[in-house]
Amino acid sequence: MRHLLSVDDLGRDGLEELLDLGESFLEVTRRDIPKVPALRGKTVVSLFYEDSTRTRLSFETAAKRLSADTMAFSVSGSSVAKGESLRDTVQTIEAMGVDAIVVRHRSAGVPHRVTTWVDAAVVNAGDGRHEHPTQALLDALTLRRHRGTGLDGARIAIIGDIRHSRVARSTTKAFAALGADVTLVAPPTMLPEAEAGWPATIGGDLDDLLPTLDVVYLLRIQHERQDAALLPSLREYTMRYGLTRERAARLKPDTLIMHPGPMNRGVEIAAEVAEGPASVITEQVANGVAVRMAVLYQLLGSGATVA
Amino acid sequence: MPDSLVVRGGRVLDGTGERTADVLVEDGVVTAVGAGLSGTRTLDAAGCVVTPGLVDLHTHLREPGHEEAETIETGARAASLGGFTAVVAMPNTDPALDDPAVVAAVLAAGAKSVCDVHVAGCITKARAGVELAPMGELHELGVRLFTDDGACVESAAVMRRALEYAGSLPGAVVAQHAEDPQLCAGGHMHEGEWSSRLGIPGRPAVAESSIVARDCLLAELTGTPVHFLHVSTAAAVATIADAKRRGLPVTAEAAPHHFTLTDADCATFDPLFKVHPPLRSATDVDAIRRGLADGTIDAIATDHAPHAAETKEKPFEEAPPGMLGLETALGLTLTELVEPGRLPLADAIALLSSRPAAIAGLADHGGPIAPGRPAHLCVIDPAATWTVDPARLASRARNTPYGGRTLTGRARHTVLAGEPVVVDGEAQR
Repeated sequence: MRHLLSVDDLGRDGLEELLDLGESFLEVTRRDIPKVPALRGKTVVSLFYEDSTRTRLSFETAAKRLSADTMAFSVSGSSVAKGESLRDTVQTIEAMGVDAIVVRHRSAGVPHRVTTWVDAAVVNAGDGRHEHPTQALLDALTLRRHRGTGLDGARIAIIGDIRHSRVARSTTKAFAALGADVTLVAPPTMLPEAEAGWPATIGGDLDDLLPTLDVVYLLRIQHERQDAALLPSLREYTMRYGLTRERAARLKPDTLIMHPGPMNRGVEIAAEVAEGPASVITEQVANGVAVRMAVLYQLLGSGATVA
Repeated sequence: MPDSLVVRGGRVLDGTGERTADVLVEDGVVTAVGAGLSGTRTLDAAGCVVTPGLVDLHTHLREPGHEEAETIETGARAASLGGFTAVVAMPNTDPALDDPAVVAAVLAAGAKSVCDVHVAGCITKARAGVELAPMGELHELGVRLFTDDGACVESAAVMRRALEYAGSLPGAVVAQHAEDPQLCAGGHMHEGEWSSRLGIPGRPAVAESSIVARDCLLAELTGTPVHFLHVSTAAAVATIADAKRRGLPVTAEAAPHHFTLTDADCATFDPLFKVHPPLRSATDVDAIRRGLADGTIDAIATDHAPHAAETKEKPFEEAPPGMLGLETALGLTLTELVEPGRLPLADAIALLSSRPAAIAGLADHGGPIAPGRPAHLCVIDPAATWTVDPARLASRARNTPYGGRTLTGRARHTVLAGEPVVVDGEAQR
């Protein structure tokens, strides 16, 4: 693996290899001194053109726990704010001698374009509506650890603004590649425009599905969606698609509840449900550091064993 | 003996038929077509096809305002190398071509170039879609095609008024960039299989076909001719075919990229493949090819849209739309339509010369090649195989999506009013 741009780059074997590695690093992160020297002397730069707290912190933590040097390129107040082109920016960064560039951008495909301009490894940390592959990895790791048996045959519903979500696209692909049966549930205005790229059943009745599901994966609903005529109101969304207390009560007792955050409590998920015993939302965050360590290690590591 | 030029030994192909003959040109005018002619200068055309100079209804020359991407001089040179002897310059310059003084300046600069430069005037002031541009004053300067290209005339009421008004100007044609801006809001590629895979917001086909349907009805209401620019969808082709069957005064053009590339080409996220209307599905590409073959589409027009290199190094969703076309249009038409048998050569030449000339009212262009006619000629070597090298294009910009593609057929010589402006594929000035 030279770069991580899309879940498509991995396939089932590649996903499982990274998840196995992620499990090992999860053990590392629980040590008293949660740090290994695997990437000593390597430099990882985060280049975030879009605001993000959790993903950026997660990548920087992952790099530091592997003993890599880290740099953060802040777009506001930088040469980018003065009009520097994307190509000039990444080539300037590379000239400083970096081994990996972690890129987030509001436009789809930017990480792909960056690979054509630099030799460093490129990790997609979210590009427009396209992909967010490390989110998919951490979701898959979270599920695998909870189920013990892998994802084969798991019935998963992803609910929310699928069409505009890079998380939904990456996570659907990863879950499906690992053998799960994924259904996408949303108002028609928020479902994918075409089936291509979505290995899932598109559309379904949430209330019919509830008792059959092993996992409910909720996406954040953004307030501004009302303005674009995608939704009549958030209240109506909650009524038809929200995981309310009543709906949660119809799930199997062991159904897991996931959310990539940040949550809109009371909109897509009731506060009590988010904090209930079936929720694995905080674990998702912890697993994020471990899978990002796995990705950086696989891209930059010398091949020495982790332990 | 005064200067004279003979184009020797080619197959002369124009709207009147095909014959092997020499073409004698004196004082910028064809004076004889026949065997054994001689002149003071000879252009060899053995094994070649001699056609009327090609006519492009849709060229962005970028001057005034974006001379870093193209100028009238460089764009005209690119046109002549592509076999074109006339182009219609689109009005989305800065300032826009909505003012007689600016139009006159472009025409004056064009007159010194190696191509006959005509101008399309704006429909509305600053292409803003609100107030009518001074169509009558522009018509006095010779403008016949009016368009806000790059922008769709969104308001049905404004489009109706423009058509009513243009109806009083002899020969005027109102040309629409048919893409509903509301349906396309935020979109950057064709909405469909590939936008779904790539997560790039889409521009749906219905954004084009709905405006085409509306404007066919407005053409019927007003009787004023409507020309549809760069038609790209199967639904629009079907709607135009239906309107033509009903005898409505509508015409249409298609761009080479819409019959040679698909939305799958966007998978690299390279903005060289970004264009409005966007590259469509394979089904749409087939419909465009069929529309060209069955006469529904009247012209092949390049939508030559130069952009400075740095603007195409932006992210796909931030880069400007458009691609070069003048130097590749003929080769693509011959390679992708004529060679595989989708279109007879004579029809391809008509789509590139006589039919666009008729739409734009360019009586001097489009043939026939006959005594007394202005000598605007294109000598095509149909067997010449060449590879598109962006660095060697005459355009100031480099944004061709065809770099590295091998084409068969290209313009060998181009003659503008008797002057050989391209000889053996080399620009003469």
